[in-house]
Amino acid sequence: MFRNNYDNDSVTYSPTGRIFQVEYALEAIKQGSAAVGLTSKTHAVLVGLKRNTEELGSYQKKIIKVDDHMGVALAGLAPDGRVLSNFLRKQAMSSKMMFNRPLPVSKAVYSIADKAQENTQSYGSRPYGVGLLVAGYDETGPHLYEFQPSGSVLEYYGTAIGARSQAARTYLERSLESVRDSETVEQLILHGLNALRDTLAQDVELTFKNTSVSVVGKDTSFTIYEDENMQQWLDKLDSVSNSRNRDDQDDDQDATEGNAEGTHPASQDANQGEGNGQNDEGRMDTD
Amino acid sequence: MEHDPFKWGKPRNDVYGPYSYEIAGAKVKGEPSASDIEKFPSMHTQQPIITGTSVLAVKFKDGVIMAADNVGAYGSLLRFSNIERIIQVGDQTVVGISGDISDMQYIERLLEELETEEDVYDSDGGHKLRAPHVHEYLSQVMYNRRSKMNPLWNAIVVAGFDDTNEPFLRYVDLFGVAYGSSAIATGFGSYLAVPLLRNLVPYDADYPKVSEEDAREAIVNCMKVLYYRDARSSDKFSLVTLKKDQPLVFEKNVKCEGQSWQFAKNICGYGSKQL
Repeated sequence: MFRNNYDNDSVTYSPTGRIFQVEYALEAIKQGSAAVGLTSKTHAVLVGLKRNTEELGSYQKKIIKVDDHMGVALAGLAPDGRVLSNFLRKQAMSSKMMFNRPLPVSKAVYSIADKAQENTQSYGSRPYGVGLLVAGYDETGPHLYEFQPSGSVLEYYGTAIGARSQAARTYLERSLESVRDSETVEQLILHGLNALRDTLAQDVELTFKNTSVSVVGKDTSFTIYEDENMQQWLDKLDSVSNSRNRDDQDDDQDATEGNAEGTHPASQDANQGEGNGQNDEGRMDTD
Repeated sequence: MEHDPFKWGKPRNDVYGPYSYEIAGAKVKGEPSASDIEKFPSMHTQQPIITGTSVLAVKFKDGVIMAADNVGAYGSLLRFSNIERIIQVGDQTVVGISGDISDMQYIERLLEELETEEDVYDSDGGHKLRAPHVHEYLSQVMYNRRSKMNPLWNAIVVAGFDDTNEPFLRYVDLFGVAYGSSAIATGFGSYLAVPLLRNLVPYDADYPKVSEEDAREAIVNCMKVLYYRDARSSDKFSLVTLKKDQPLVFEKNVKCEGQSWQFAKNICGYGSKQL
C-alpha cells in the first residue's frame, strides 16, 4: 500500500530495509527466457532457450563468449547483458595483456558484481536488469557462478535463471549426483537439455532454432552450439517437448511443481504473466 | 659569460637579456622559486639520484638464487647502507631491483597494490600470481613509462617459478627490454658476474645439472668480486633462495667472507720504486 513511496530510486531504503528498485531489477530476470548452467568435475555447460518476438523475427542470442576459457548466458535485458559481457571481455583481455594470464573466473564475476553494486547506491543510476550465469574453466577447475543485479554472486554445481527456471533447478537438484559424475561432455549437455526442457511452456518444444548450448572445460575452449550445430545434441534427447505436454496427468505435475516452489518463496511470482510466452504490450523486451 | 661564482658560466643578462622561462612553456615570470614548481612543464626523471648497484641471480636444479647488496649511493657517496633491494611478491616470487631507489620504492608500492588486489578477488586462494605474471606486469609498466619519455630508471630481475613449477628467471629494464636466461645480472654485475656464473651454467638448458650448493657458492663469490671492483658496492648483502615447493629463505646481512688482501703489502710504487 505504501510501497510506492519507497521505490522511486535505488538510493531509498524502505522502512523494512529493502531497496525496491533492486528487487524490480531482479523481476526483469524472471521475465527473460530460461538459462541453465551445470558442471561436472572437468567441464561446465550452459544451455539457454532463445526467444523470437514474432514468427518472422530472429532469435535473440542467449550465450555470449567472453574469452577462450569463459562465457555467459543471460536472462533479462539483453542490452545490459551486452554491457556486462563487453566489460568482462575487456577485463579478460587486460589480464592477458598485463599479466599474460587467463582471467580467473572468480575475479571476473566479482568485478561485475562490484559494478552492479555501485549502481545500487548512487542517485540517478539504475541497477542492471539482467542476470548472468558465468561458466568458465581456470587453474582451479570448472566454475559456474550466478550473477544478480543486486551485486550478489553465488557459485553453483548447477542452477537456472529466467522464466519457469524453478523446474530446471528441481531437475538439477534431483539428478545432482549423476550430473556431477558425468564422464563425458555429452552426458552433461543432455542433463542441461533435460533441465531446460522442464522450463518449457505448453506447446513449445526444443528446436535447433530456439536452443543454444555451450561447453568449456579441460582441454575444451569455450564453444557455442547454435542453429545447425545444435541439432546433434537434440537428436540424442529422447523427446524435445516438455514432460507436462506428454503426460495427461497435468494435475499431478502441477502438484509436484507447486511443492517445489513452496520451498522457494522468493520465486512465487516468477511464473506470472508468462503463461503463453508472449510479451505484454508496452513492456520492455527481455530475453 | 658571467664570472660571478654563483652564476658562473651563464650568459650575462646585460649582454643577452634575462633568461626567458617562457621558452620551456613555464607559466612563471621572472626568477622562479621553489613554490612555483607546479607551474613548470612536467619534469621527468632524467638521471638516477640515489642508486642501487648490481642484482645477481642464477637458476639451479630445483630453484633460483638471487643476491643484491644494501647500499643506496648518492653519486660516489655511499649515503645509505641499509637499503633492501629484493622484494618478495606472494610466497614464491622475488623481484631484485637496481638503479634509482625512489623509482624502486614506487615499484615496491605497485607490487604491494598488486598483491592486495590479488587477495581481495581471490578469497579461496586458488589463483597464484606467479613470477611470469609479475614479470609481464613489470615489463608493461617499464615499456609504458619509457614510451611516455618518463622511464623508471631501473633494471629489474624477477625470479620464481612458472605455471609448470619450473624455475623462472627474467630481466626487464628502463627501456622495457626483457630477456630470460639461466644466469642474469644487472649493471656492473653483467660485466663481472655473468662471466663467472656462465662457468657454472654454460648453456641456458644446463641449470638442472647445477646443485643448490654450487649455485650459492658462485653467487657469493660473484658478490665478493663485485665488492673488490665495483666502487658503489658494499660487502653486506641480502641473499634469497627459492626452492620448489618449499618456503623461500630470505637471508639478510650476509657478509663477503674470505677476501684476499695479503698480496697488497708486496706491491710498491708504480714502476721503478723498490721498497
